[in-house]
Amino acid sequence: MYKVYTHIVSIAGDVITVEAEGIGYSEIAHVATRRGTSLAQVIRIDGKKVSLEVFAGSKGVSTGDRVRFLGHAMRIASGDNLLGRIFNGSGSPLDKGPELWDNPVEIAGPPVNPAKRIIPAKMIRTGIPMIDVFNSLVESQKLPIFSIAGEPYNELLARIAIQAEVDIIILGGMGLKHDDYLLFRNTLEEYGAISRSIFFIHTASDPIVECLLVPDIGLAVAEQFALRGKRVLVLLSDMTNFCDALKEVSITMEQVPSNRGYPGDLYSQMAVRYEKAVDFEGAGSITILAVTTMPGDDVTHPVPDNTGYITEGQFYLKGGSIEPFGSLSRLRQQVNGKTRDDHRTIMNTMIQLFASYRETREKLAMGFQMSAWDKKLLHYGKIFEDKIMSLKVNIPLEKALDLGWQILAESFLPEETGIKKSMVEKYWAKSSR
Amino acid sequence: MPDKMAPKRKGRIIKISGNMVSASFAPFAVQNEVAYILHGDERLKAEVIRIRGNSAEMQVFENTSGLKVGEEVEFSEELLSVELGPGLLGQIFDGLQNPLPLLAEKCGYFLKRGVYLKALSDEKEWDFTPLVKTGDKLRPGERVGFVPEKILRHYIMAPFGLRGIQEVINIAGGGRYNLRHPVARLRDEEGREAEVFLAQAWPVKIPISTYLEKLMPSQPLVTKMRLIDSLFPVARGGTYCIPGPFGSGKTVLQQLTSRHAEADVVIIAACGERAGEVVETLKTFPDLIDPRTHKPLMERTVIICNTSSMPVAARESSVYTAVTIAEYYRQMGLNVLLLADSTSRWAQAMREMSGRLEEIPGEEAFPAYLESRIASFYERAGVVRLYDGSMGSVTIGGAVSPAGGNFEEPVTQATLKVVGAFHGLSRERSDARRYPAIDPLISWSKYRSFIDEKEEERGHEALRKANEVVQMMKVVGEEGTSLADYVDYLKGEFFDFVYLQQDAFDPVDEATSAERQAYVFNFIYNILNAAFFFAHKEEALRFFQQLRQLFRGWNSSPWQSAEFARTEEEIRGLLQTKSVSKKERANV
Repeated sequence: MYKVYTHIVSIAGDVITVEAEGIGYSEIAHVATRRGTSLAQVIRIDGKKVSLEVFAGSKGVSTGDRVRFLGHAMRIASGDNLLGRIFNGSGSPLDKGPELWDNPVEIAGPPVNPAKRIIPAKMIRTGIPMIDVFNSLVESQKLPIFSIAGEPYNELLARIAIQAEVDIIILGGMGLKHDDYLLFRNTLEEYGAISRSIFFIHTASDPIVECLLVPDIGLAVAEQFALRGKRVLVLLSDMTNFCDALKEVSITMEQVPSNRGYPGDLYSQMAVRYEKAVDFEGAGSITILAVTTMPGDDVTHPVPDNTGYITEGQFYLKGGSIEPFGSLSRLRQQVNGKTRDDHRTIMNTMIQLFASYRETREKLAMGFQMSAWDKKLLHYGKIFEDKIMSLKVNIPLEKALDLGWQILAESFLPEETGIKKSMVEKYWAKSSR
Repeated sequence: MPDKMAPKRKGRIIKISGNMVSASFAPFAVQNEVAYILHGDERLKAEVIRIRGNSAEMQVFENTSGLKVGEEVEFSEELLSVELGPGLLGQIFDGLQNPLPLLAEKCGYFLKRGVYLKALSDEKEWDFTPLVKTGDKLRPGERVGFVPEKILRHYIMAPFGLRGIQEVINIAGGGRYNLRHPVARLRDEEGREAEVFLAQAWPVKIPISTYLEKLMPSQPLVTKMRLIDSLFPVARGGTYCIPGPFGSGKTVLQQLTSRHAEADVVIIAACGERAGEVVETLKTFPDLIDPRTHKPLMERTVIICNTSSMPVAARESSVYTAVTIAEYYRQMGLNVLLLADSTSRWAQAMREMSGRLEEIPGEEAFPAYLESRIASFYERAGVVRLYDGSMGSVTIGGAVSPAGGNFEEPVTQATLKVVGAFHGLSRERSDARRYPAIDPLISWSKYRSFIDEKEEERGHEALRKANEVVQMMKVVGEEGTSLADYVDYLKGEFFDFVYLQQDAFDPVDEATSAERQAYVFNFIYNILNAAFFFAHKEEALRFFQQLRQLFRGWNSSPWQSAEFARTEEEIRGLLQTKSVSKKERANV
């Protein structure tokens, strides 16, 4: 039925060029090689010359191999049958389940009309005080975890996934180590969350082009669930690998690089994906949590820098815990006024005091003498780190706020905290009782 | 006007690469003309941006997925234009002036490609009052009548594109007309006739220039942000830029300005930024009341929104669409403020197109024409004297998002060359929660403030001196600093805390009128110049802390209220306790 072309005129990088007619831009094709069949996508048409990016890589592709165009753009199955399943970056099963073709949707669909968005207003509780109390996560937020290699960012992501109040979890793994993939699978299995999860996994050894497809596939599936009223949490790890794949492909395509080899459209490429986070008026929502590893812990590196301009804040994971400074949820003001009346007070006071504690620590390190106030701060900082900052802590927001009052009462006199009198009367006495 | 009888020029696609499509043409093609790609029953809008041999290279304003070589292209001969007329206020458009709420009604959640709607409703009727009579002579851009539009009188002007003196040969009487009904007929000296409608089209990349002269911006544009108005003022018809790293509060600053600035019309160009931020403006402005007009803020606002996930080519045109609408309202003798967030995304859109055109790249792969494009955009700001002697202005404020927060990058540098004021945001200030995070040590303005010049200079000096002492203290410690220096440091910090910083969440403090600013600045000027007697540093610190606390209360008490007067007395009382009078000083 479909025409088969057998004349591959050039192979460069993962891009092959065939002579063909009547082919649509972004169309998908099957490339049959001696290693098996791979999908490929049209990325340039010049007269009769059609260039395709081969998802499985061009290794072993021969000039005589067969290319069959499918007449449509990349599609992925969607719907409930995907739940509990694991796929690779082209949407083929990695588990022992069958191939799926239900409700196919085109990936990288059109953007949402801004007039159809609503102001996000629903908090997602995670049980992690550093998030719930200090930088609340909000439904439809897009938030990266800025971190460096070696930090437990995937553990954090997995924990948020099992504890967050959402309907569906979609994991997009890009350049994931096999161990990390197993970590996600085992954690979600252990907590019984696997049946509401879908995995799209590209591991470090898989073809680079598939890495680029992972966010698009995951988000296209997520969008279908959200339109049906589901609250979807999309986890992407690690977006820096995605950007590096983008760099690799664009340089092979002889595009002019802009900054440290990354293509000039890095910002737009990331924004198109992150902007899929949405709260639909009258339907569900998509929340995106991504990992961005910062090469050399450098926040001005193009990947974290562009990410920061796109996302609504960031969690900064350093030394095994979420840093209160450098972490920011831009949407927290939308929700933390509606939880409990002391939420903002605790948030601001505890952080200000913790900032003073850090200054005292510096003074201590420089050998200055410690005043009585300094000693109080040191005492406070230590408890804060152990009972609030540690990622081991797992308590609901209200308990965390109570704990906050308790820690303050243990460390300071009410007037030393600068908290409004009415608040002190309402909460201070209660917790020290 | 293109001849309607001429057959449509057509061509065929020969090459597709991303959103750049090349097409053959015959017999000719026009640079920057709009073309439509016919794909099935879809018509995709594109703009010709380069012509080579017999191929026209076009940037397509839509996703190009599915397009095929050989598909038909229709050339329109019209440059990319916007529709100007009553009904723009309160609207929200995409970069090509499609009304987004209407698109949502028609297409649902997603932006469907190839769907273009008329910017203004043809059907809606407006109450027209003529201002000219048959036989009157007028120039293009002069008023023929007006209709009421929301908060203002919307003048209907003779088409900007006409040439020479026009004679009115027919004018409609007062009454209700829709946009398709001609309200006047004009004849030029060569006998050519043209009809005047309530709305007219104008190409976005060409400035509207039907005015007498462009003047020097001299009147301050009050933003009600103390740090800006008092120290780094913006003039009506002037330009300014706000560069800053992510998270330093550019967008919040722009949002506050869009709310409080004393302008008649505010155009917000959300260019390549987060959709969520536009949504906030969109959903809150209809309920926020403008204290000047007592009408919802939305009634003086036009939003042009091409967020980061919308097609890149339309992002490039969105700033032009915005500035053209700004110029249009300026022609009515109004003061218009255009806020563009962010011009870096616009520059990046140019970079993406330039890359696809395989042009030789300049610095950081930006095209070589980056600087001239930025300059000509900001040059569209200005105060103009119109033909009837009235004045109108367009003020442009552009946010810049420098890569890595480094102001040395090409977009920031090109912008700094052409603007009249620079409000540089710093990460240090925003980390220290000193909002607005405009760094007073690096920012500058070429415009005059309404604050007394001598007093303004004293303010700058206090900040510079305090910074010097801070640098010194880092080396010698607090104990190694003299009391006099320490007091200078406290004075600078005090000025920063109680005047430069403003609490955006406090209903009074978030906006300070010019009158109040002048009064309080003078008050602080006297404090900065006053001599105080302190026994030691601790006493000085305590004194300024007390002063600071009182001032905070003063800042959140309404102007000229009893509370305001009471707090002022309290502050004066506190000052008395430590100040050394001139006589005493002479005796020392």
